Amino acid sequence: MSDFGILSTGAYIPRLRIDRAIIAAAHRWMAPGLVGAAKGSRAFRSWDEDAITMAVEAARDCLRGTNRELLGALHVASTNFPYADLQNSAVVADALRLPRDVRSADLSGSQRCGTSALLQAFRVGEPALVVASDAPVGKPGSARELGYGAGAAAFAIGEGASATRLLGSASRTVGFVDHFRAAGERYDYFWEERWVRDEGYLKIVPEAIAAALADAGLQAADIGVFVMPSLLKGAAAAVARAAGVSAALASDLDDGCGYAGAAHAPLMLAHALERASPGDRLMLVGFGQGVDVLVLEAGANARPAGQRGVSGALANGLATDSYLRMLSFYDGINVEWGMRSERSSKTALSEQHRSAAQNAGFVAGSCPACGTVQFPRLEYCVNPECGAPADGFEDVPLADAPARLLTHTSDWLSYHPAPPLHVGFVQFDNGARLIMEVVDVGPEGIEPGVPLDMVLRIKERDRPRGYNRYFWKSAPAAA
Amino acid sequence: MARGIKDKVAIIGMGCSKFGERWDAGTPLLMREAFDEALHDAGVERGMIEAAWFGSCFDAVNVGNSAIPASTALRLDGIPVTRVENMCATGTEALRAAAYAVASGAVDIALAIGAEKLKDTGYGGLPQPYKGTFNDMWLPINSAPAGFAQLADGYRARHGIARDDLKQAIAHVSWKSHQNGVLSPKAHLRKPVSMETILNAPMIADPLGLYDCCGVSDGAAAAIVTTPEIARSLGKTDLVTIKAIQLSISSGVESTMSGWDGSYVPNTRNAARRAYAEAGIDDPRAQLDLVEVHDCFSITELVTMEDLGLSADGEAVRDVLDGFYDREGGGVPCQVDGGLKCFGHPIGASGLRMAYEVYTQLLGRAGARQLATPSMGLTHNLGGVPYQGIAAVSILGLS
Repeated sequence: MSDFGILSTGAYIPRLRIDRAIIAAAHRWMAPGLVGAAKGSRAFRSWDEDAITMAVEAARDCLRGTNRELLGALHVASTNFPYADLQNSAVVADALRLPRDVRSADLSGSQRCGTSALLQAFRVGEPALVVASDAPVGKPGSARELGYGAGAAAFAIGEGASATRLLGSASRTVGFVDHFRAAGERYDYFWEERWVRDEGYLKIVPEAIAAALADAGLQAADIGVFVMPSLLKGAAAAVARAAGVSAALASDLDDGCGYAGAAHAPLMLAHALERASPGDRLMLVGFGQGVDVLVLEAGANARPAGQRGVSGALANGLATDSYLRMLSFYDGINVEWGMRSERSSKTALSEQHRSAAQNAGFVAGSCPACGTVQFPRLEYCVNPECGAPADGFEDVPLADAPARLLTHTSDWLSYHPAPPLHVGFVQFDNGARLIMEVVDVGPEGIEPGVPLDMVLRIKERDRPRGYNRYFWKSAPAAA
Repeated sequence: MARGIKDKVAIIGMGCSKFGERWDAGTPLLMREAFDEALHDAGVERGMIEAAWFGSCFDAVNVGNSAIPASTALRLDGIPVTRVENMCATGTEALRAAAYAVASGAVDIALAIGAEKLKDTGYGGLPQPYKGTFNDMWLPINSAPAGFAQLADGYRARHGIARDDLKQAIAHVSWKSHQNGVLSPKAHLRKPVSMETILNAPMIADPLGLYDCCGVSDGAAAAIVTTPEIARSLGKTDLVTIKAIQLSISSGVESTMSGWDGSYVPNTRNAARRAYAEAGIDDPRAQLDLVEVHDCFSITELVTMEDLGLSADGEAVRDVLDGFYDREGGGVPCQVDGGLKCFGHPIGASGLRMAYEVYTQLLGRAGARQLATPSMGLTHNLGGVPYQGIAAVSILGLS
């Protein structure tokens, strides 16, 4: 039997983690009270990650083995998109090599935009890829800085066997301002948490829960897992209690991830679905200037083999030990990078467009005359025995192709925002070879021969013009 | 089969500025030092030069592009002057062009001059080059040492050399050049350095430490070339002639295809093979009396010894540690003037600086560092990086 719903999920959490005790220790001089809340670790994005790159990684995890041609729409949600006027989801679509006729749109403006994107895809009823990706920025020394994390979750939605179905939903729109961030500002401005809980969550969410249950034709007791993110400790339990829902509370992913903004409700849902049994009913709550409540019934689409998922992403952390590194990656401190950092990173947009077919989605070419797989693809085949014109080259995507490190060095001389720059020759099993940056290298370093994964990252940030140049980098393959 | 230029071109005058951090000198003054010495050595007047080639690499911190700055600095009025640029092989390219002009009969007397002013950047190391709008989309922006350092991984894997053994050998490469630099009055770095200091220096690009990297210097070097017949008519008796100049440039094979193992520089092997054929050399280890190679980094010099056929494959570590390339090691002295490591590396001048040392040694004018009776020497330049670069090999000899 075929149902419309979630066919697969995918997730990404940056590998970089830091113990909250390290952050609190750095602020002890001015905020000694932070130490008490400094439990576990949080994820933080590297200097070369943003809502776009994390969305691509979650989507790749979700789309493993699925037919991208069937996707009709792409929706990407975030409150921290790198671009205000340049469709972020279009950059994601190019990196994913989605078909050109896909309808793409960005959703933003509220902590609820991730669940709104999901609900909208269900209501429209067309095959779609929904991704929520966020890395909220906490002001140094604030509780938010401790509580925030980063990550992305992706959902492929369409007709398929054993899909996770939407049984019912309800939304409320209320101009309740628990916090805000003006366009162009770096940090959020928050009102008192107790007021947010009592007049916000507890007044707005329960009525929507009742409406969603009615829409689904279910009772509160039918719900098995309650999925509601909140930075306020105990808010999910209080809301469930007030709404009469006695379901198990989904993990808040506080340890190892942290509150990932608009991506957090989707991440918690993806995590809960990985653990759900077919037939389990889950209630998803997205709060922000109102609320979206979705009642879902899990299909048999728990994390398939080979998929990272939230559990895999949580387990694949890389412990770091410097608060100032995290602060620098979030532009919270401007350290001395030396004159080499003055090099212009201006992108020729016309060249970017010309070479997008190979650079955006990381696509090599295979020469029809001699079979040599090559990146970059230039005007003639690189094989000196061949040299055929490149007109008939066949596309060979490299993003998921097996590869190993051939040679490597750690470069302390070049300007790099996360020194040293790890760089080396990447040898693909299919014969392609190129020199690439290697990211997420632990303190133990790397050796020739290690298997590598490909990841989309920011290659260079053109700070004076506010433009990121994205390209693919390699990373030690997940164990 | 082309006949080549062997013995068709004689070098009748050479000059070289003092290399180093020349805070006192702009590029025109550096060029003047080299030019005046070359004119005086050749015994010709400026007006007798019929064509000139000017090599410079980084135009952003030097004198800009085109040959106009050289023509203006040296007052070469109304004759053809051309700027050449081929990264670190630029100096050799200037010499190659001047030699070809003479060998073809197009001119009787030609000038090759290379100059670089690297110490106007405000920081240590080389300026960061621009790779073009397309390559900037995907190529990592790594430093020059990061490009060459990877030879160590490739070499170790191919020959099964332990990390510490290779580090010891490349440290000896630098130690030897520092010993030689002491005896070289125009060299940039003229202090001996201990093996301990070299081995424990801060890391630049693993496994290359600070002393595994060459000096970044200001300087200029020049050559005046003509035919052997004109040279003799000018009263020259001991003639240094060009036996060969060959180049090889990457087309993307090493960096794009899967055949190269990263342990050697294919371009050097190509250029050397052709240069030996042009010069009639079949046993370089026995026939060459000195070599000036492109030791931009210690690991480069080590693998170059094999690429030039001086050491057998896998044997360079032992030859280096045995002192075969030391000035008084009984083998083939390498970098007797200190090399790029200590004489310095003003990019556009380096190829001509190497020729200057070989020329000086062949004519017996090298003073405290003079070798016994050299009659044949080799210069070697590497531009770019091992996997995407330019190799130039020249052979000079007494005719």
